[in-house]
This record gives sequence, C-alpha cells and structure tokens, in this order.
Amino acid sequence: MSSRRSRSRQSGGSRISDDQINDLVTKLQQLLPEIRNSRRSDKVSASTVLQETCNYIRNLHREVDDLSERLSELLATTDTAQAAVIRSLLLQ
Amino acid sequence: MRTSTTTTSSGITLSTKSCRIKFARRFLRSLAEIKKQKRSSASSSEEEICKRSKRIKMAAYSSMARAVGPRMNWSRALLFKLRNRVSYPRLVKKKKRVTVRSNKVPRSKSSVHIDRGNKLRKLVPGGKSMDYICLLEETAHYITCLNTQVKVMQAIADNLSK
Repeated sequence: MSSRRSRSRQSGGSRISDDQINDLVTKLQQLLPEIRNSRRSDKVSASTVLQETCNYIRNLHREVDDLSERLSELLATTDTAQAAVIRSLLLQ
Repeated sequence: MRTSTTTTSSGITLSTKSCRIKFARRFLRSLAEIKKQKRSSASSSEEEICKRSKRIKMAAYSSMARAVGPRMNWSRALLFKLRNRVSYPRLVKKKKRVTVRSNKVPRSKSSVHIDRGNKLRKLVPGGKSMDYICLLEETAHYITCLNTQVKVMQAIADNLSK
C-alpha cells in the first residue's frame, strides 16, 4: 500500500543525519534502566531502544499516577509540614 | 520561539539538579494549595481523593514543565495542553491503540521503525510536530525530567507517611 513511499522517505531522511540519529539513540539507551547496563549494548537495535523508551515512559506515567493517588490519600490524613519536607529534600 | 537542536544535548546533564529543586518547590507549593482547597470542602471520601489525585497529577506535570521553562518543545506543549484544560488523555489513547493493534498485519522492518517513532510521538508532549532528530533529543530530556519528577514525588510521599 504505502510501503514504497514510506521506504523512500526514510532512506532520504536517514542519509542526511544517520550519525546524528545513531548518537541520539545511543544517548537514549543510556537513560533506559532495562538496557543501559547490557554489555552487548552494540547489539541493541534502534527499534529496540525506541520500544524500550515507549515502555519506560509509560511506566513513569503510571508511577506518577500511583504517586498522585498516594499523595492524595496522604493529604487527607496528614498535616503537611512543608518546611520540613523542603529541608529534607534539599539535604538529599 | 527558539528551536535549538544542538544545545539541548549539553543542557540535559546541566539542568537536572536545578530542575529537581525548582520542580520540588513548585510542586510543594501546589500541594499546599490543593490541601487548602480540601479544607474548605472538608471531606475525605473516595470521590474526593480521586478528584484530588487528578489535581495533584496535573500539578506535578505542570510544575515540571514550568521548572524546565519554555526552552524545550515538550514543556511548551505540555503547558499548552494543561492550560487549555485538556487533561492528559492517555486512557483514550490506550483504547485507540488496542483497536489498532488487534488487526494484525505483517509489517516490514522499515514500517516497524517508523511505527515506533510514531508511538513515541504520542507519548512525548508536542511530539507530533517534531522531526525525528528533535523527537529523539526531546525524548531524552523528557525522560530525565519525568524520572526526576517521580523521584521527588516519591520522596515527598515517603516523607509524609513517616
């Protein structure tokens, strides 16, 4: 269907900045805990890195959801000692 | 508006520490405000907790976007979204994604590659209007910031539950 068109577009785009894309994908890989520490890092393909990136972002979004819920429950029960919280955060 | 593609790579490592403090300050301020609002309605029902957790979530994302400032595309896009009261529409997207996935079509390697870029575009705020290189840079920065956001939220939650 549109495979021919998309292939030609991709090869045209990648010719300009192949190295740059590879650099960026490697940098992205360093940020992903799942594949950052793999010694066979050279074998990790770009599409794997992108897939892992998507998974990681989804995980982080889910963590934000969970933590928002937890904080909401905590706000109902505790008094926020804001100054103390800030101090402890700055000390970390 | 500035669209810098070269300066961001060095900015990522430099900005994380100050970003953390800026985010923490802003987020804690919003938390205090949210708590005040809660006092006026004075209920800790399940519905109230659910509403408040949504407000906290919005506050977290907007605090981070404001801490980063307008130099990144994703933070501008995120602030724009939040300002226009479009709540982070992930649930809707998830449903769409499932229906697309269900009719399996054998794909060539290149189309999978393009597909994943598009998936990333949906997850990174403002990603739909970025070129591929910009998308990768912005994604790296977005991930770093999200990670900071999660860590700070975690620290606050741990601190409050002591």
